[in-house]
Amino acid sequence: MREIHVDEIISSVKKLSIKANYYLGQDVIDKMKSMKETEESETAKEVMDILLQNYEMAVKEQMPICQDTGVAVIFVELGQDVHIVGGDFVESINEGVRQGYKDGFLRKSMVDDPVIDRKNTTDNTPAIIYTDIVPGDKIRITLAPKGGGAENMSEVKMMKAADGLEGVIDFVVDRIKRSGGNPCPPIVVGVGLGGNFEQSALLAKKSLLRNLNDPNPDPKWDKVEKDILAKINDLGIGPQGLGGRTTALAVHILTKPCHIASMPVAVNVQCHAARHKSITL
Amino acid sequence: MAKTVYLNTPIDSNDLIDLQTGDKVYITGTIYTARDAAHKRLVALLDEGKELPFDPNGQVIYYVGPAPTPPGKAIGSAGPTTSYRMDPYAPALLDAGIKAMIGKGPRDVSVKDSMVKNKAVYLAAIGGAAVVVANSITKAEIIAYEDLGAEAIRKLEVKEFPCIVANDVNGNDIYDEGVKKYQR
Repeated sequence: MREIHVDEIISSVKKLSIKANYYLGQDVIDKMKSMKETEESETAKEVMDILLQNYEMAVKEQMPICQDTGVAVIFVELGQDVHIVGGDFVESINEGVRQGYKDGFLRKSMVDDPVIDRKNTTDNTPAIIYTDIVPGDKIRITLAPKGGGAENMSEVKMMKAADGLEGVIDFVVDRIKRSGGNPCPPIVVGVGLGGNFEQSALLAKKSLLRNLNDPNPDPKWDKVEKDILAKINDLGIGPQGLGGRTTALAVHILTKPCHIASMPVAVNVQCHAARHKSITL
Repeated sequence: MAKTVYLNTPIDSNDLIDLQTGDKVYITGTIYTARDAAHKRLVALLDEGKELPFDPNGQVIYYVGPAPTPPGKAIGSAGPTTSYRMDPYAPALLDAGIKAMIGKGPRDVSVKDSMVKNKAVYLAAIGGAAVVVANSITKAEIIAYEDLGAEAIRKLEVKEFPCIVANDVNGNDIYDEGVKKYQR
């Protein structure tokens, strides 16, 4: 058993909180640049230029790319040969979020009761934490700050097998059409297919972590991703919904087996600030 | 052809008559921030016939919940939030004298009708360009609802705050026009 002290988890999560919010992935920046070249709308090009300028300024001025520094969504791959010592694992992650959001001047966007009181917890906790037990003696932590505007445009639908691939594509494209300019396009569209009700949503979210330069490893789903992307970019929504060809930078699909009666489909919408950073301990 | 217009606050409806969707607008002067929770409180005050924490006449409301202010800055990152959540409250504020709203994303019919009636406009700031926007804000001060944290009402001094006309006083809507122009 390899021992990892919670202090190491706290400091890592703190660093990830700040880094993820200040430094956008190069894959997103490169995709934005390349799609700007083929954009037809002058307004859209100007918007994309300002977004690119903003990513640079965030780094230069050490400020968050977006004021909505999101819910801290955390994916942990916990090696089964790791023994966590010195305290509570979940609390150590929350403490890292607490410290990172304070010291990084990140916005605290969590309210306690979701409906009645809606009182801010003032430290951006609790984080939303997903833990997978994996072979090995390491811990890999990924932190993805998820803003509210794009998350609000997401949806799960329990479809029929008879709806087929065509039904899935129609649902995803329609979901983006109905979202219009709200989720801060150009967006990344995460699609989770299969599993059950909640697993489809988690697949959709996890699919957003894929590097935008990497194709889907399954050629048949790679083709579907490209087909959906073309349909979405034919909607004309464009950057910020002001009209244009660049509505989505990418469509990512993750699938899992499902029940004979079911065909769950989840769409998780990600704004252009497609932020996530990882560390391995 | 889109034009560039420099506006100073407070705004008179006459300043807005020539604005068309797609025009670039740079705002200078005092504007006020308010988002979800603050709107709920503002409209509750109007319903009770009470005074607002600021004089709404000719004023601009910016839908934003800024990030905390780092040392040496006037404000933290401060891009717009999605506007449709303020749609249930916006017509009452326009009736009270607000002349421009700044946010992102389309508005509903009730807000669009109210803009035509009140000769007011909706301006789109660029969502996720939060550092760029913050650099046009020279001063920020909480004037009401400090308990709401990021959602407190702030009085901002802005210099050439960049936005695009999304809805003009004649009922035009860039979100409808833009999509129609580029959809296939």
